[in-house]
Amino acid sequence: MNDREQRAGNRDQEADRTIRLLRNAMPPVGGQPELNRDLWPAMLRHMDEHASRGPAGVPWFDWALGGALLAFAAMAPRTIPVILYYL
Amino acid sequence: MRDDAGSVLSKFRHGDVDAFETLFRMHQRAVQGWVLRIVREPSAAEDVTIEAFWRMHQAHARFDPERGFEPWARRIATHAAIDWLRSQKPEFGIAPELWDTVPAPLGADPAISAEIRNKTVQALARLPAKLRVAALLAVVEESPYKEIADALGISVGAVKLRVFRALRHLRKDLTRQGITP
Repeated sequence: MNDREQRAGNRDQEADRTIRLLRNAMPPVGGQPELNRDLWPAMLRHMDEHASRGPAGVPWFDWALGGALLAFAAMAPRTIPVILYYL
Repeated sequence: MRDDAGSVLSKFRHGDVDAFETLFRMHQRAVQGWVLRIVREPSAAEDVTIEAFWRMHQAHARFDPERGFEPWARRIATHAAIDWLRSQKPEFGIAPELWDTVPAPLGADPAISAEIRNKTVQALARLPAKLRVAALLAVVEESPYKEIADALGISVGAVKLRVFRALRHLRKDLTRQGITP
């Protein structure tokens, strides 16, 4: 067995031991869990919450942030390339 | 029956809420089960499942009925679960004084102590979300690489690479903590 094969063998053994540790620490969840409740009512609530937000479902603070950014860019146009760079 | 299914998919694509409810009820269990494999907390799995279906509802116009609902749903759910993982604090686990009180998981090797198990869980939690998902699905859940690749929207080779990198990161992290895998 040459050095390269030896190193590959060691790496495989290390990976096997890491896999063993991982499987011992976290048992698989396995197949599909028993559903203990119907999620459709929660889904409808989630949809209603999003529908009650502003236009296109964008939260008000996103609009405020966008407005502030535009105002800043209007006052200091030279900063626009910098802002675009960080977007 | 097939026509009915096709009709539901077509109606969903056009934004029909009744069709969405039908698909939700048909696929909720499968999506929630898949999400639970990634987030591993039943209550979080419920929240992520709802968020994933919300994203599906939002993206209904981009859905292609020819490709089927389940693979599309699973891919969206996987990304919602990855976003949830990213939103969590990287450090979690059990306090050191409680290590000995924690029962070993079913089928766990009794030679591996609670301390080592806990440090392994913490090391896994410190992995970048994309690597963590690959390791959880491939190593812990032993899901087929093809299934993982489809869910992540990447190639089988890329999944194998992520698993390899995840194991390498884990090994380095555990070694730093004084555990030699």
